[in-house]
Amino acid sequence: MNVSNYILPLIVVFIVGYALQKKVNVYDTFIEGAKESFDMIVSMFPSLLAMIFGVNIFIKSGILKGLLKAMNPFLSFFHIPSDIIPMALIRPISGSSSLALLNHIFEKFTPDSYIGRLASILQGSTDTTFYILTLYFGSVGIKKIKHAMWAGLAADLAGFIASIVLVQLFF
Amino acid sequence: MIHKLWAFFIISGIFYALFTGNVDIVNEEIIKSASSSFSMICEIFPVIALWLGIMNIAKVSGLLEKFSKILSGFLHFIFPEIPKGHEAFGYIASNIVANLFGLGNAATPFGLKAMESLQDLNDHKKEASRSMITFLVLNTSGLTLIPTTIISLRMMYHSIRPTEIVFACIVATFCSTLVGLIVDRILGGKL
Repeated sequence: MNVSNYILPLIVVFIVGYALQKKVNVYDTFIEGAKESFDMIVSMFPSLLAMIFGVNIFIKSGILKGLLKAMNPFLSFFHIPSDIIPMALIRPISGSSSLALLNHIFEKFTPDSYIGRLASILQGSTDTTFYILTLYFGSVGIKKIKHAMWAGLAADLAGFIASIVLVQLFF
Repeated sequence: MIHKLWAFFIISGIFYALFTGNVDIVNEEIIKSASSSFSMICEIFPVIALWLGIMNIAKVSGLLEKFSKILSGFLHFIFPEIPKGHEAFGYIASNIVANLFGLGNAATPFGLKAMESLQDLNDHKKEASRSMITFLVLNTSGLTLIPTTIISLRMMYHSIRPTEIVFACIVATFCSTLVGLIVDRILGGKL
């Protein structure tokens, strides 16, 4: 059973039903709102392109693998499985890549293993910081983002530490 | 800040690839990123159009305003700069709720509408306002009650209890959100 399968239809029927009862012309209002998507997409595309361009070069260059080798002694000292590190590093940068790594971990270790649970919690603990920053700020033309990135990365780090603590606490 | 990080990704990536003999892959990636970002836009375009349509119904009928009143206590506390009753609250509230239920597709257009109305309130159009940063921290820390993608992926790989991680996920995302908000307040000089 998937609860979220019920949420979507219920939200839609509630919004449309409520508007009907308030005597809103729901069809015209829908069209009017949907029209705004053109402007939104046009303002989104350049920042999305820039982000995917930069992030993909970085990930595909293999630089993270090199970094991981250098970090190995530090990881074994804190009993952190080294397979989780690429995911922790990529999580703030690319949502699709970290999902691919989650797939890989499930395939190699099963979802019910220690690292499978850890990876699940890590994936759920934060969202893709870099994607959200570029997309949201880019769409309204903000150039100076001040401390937004530091706050976002601090949240990511907190999510990673919390995942390691929680997986040992709960399982 | 982002522009330095972006340059760092590109320069360090290309140099690393040059020295380790990965140049072919990076070469391919430079061309491919253009088309993959276009296909990504094509994928989300209709979804955004659909949600903006539904959202407009909720806005015109007054549901959005009613709805933001329910969350207003919490929202006024973390967004002290937004004037009471401003439409930004409606969009922010919808974005938060869509995220809570794991409806990422719907959360994005609501979030972009929220950014638009926060930009209306912004005095320096090129600089991020305090409210914008706080709003982005709420989004980047991924506040979710039902991690739908993770549960379905666990099911796909035959987990015995696919939902066993839900509570831990909620606690973890709560920790990351709280730390994000505290760091935002400290760095933004609000504390």
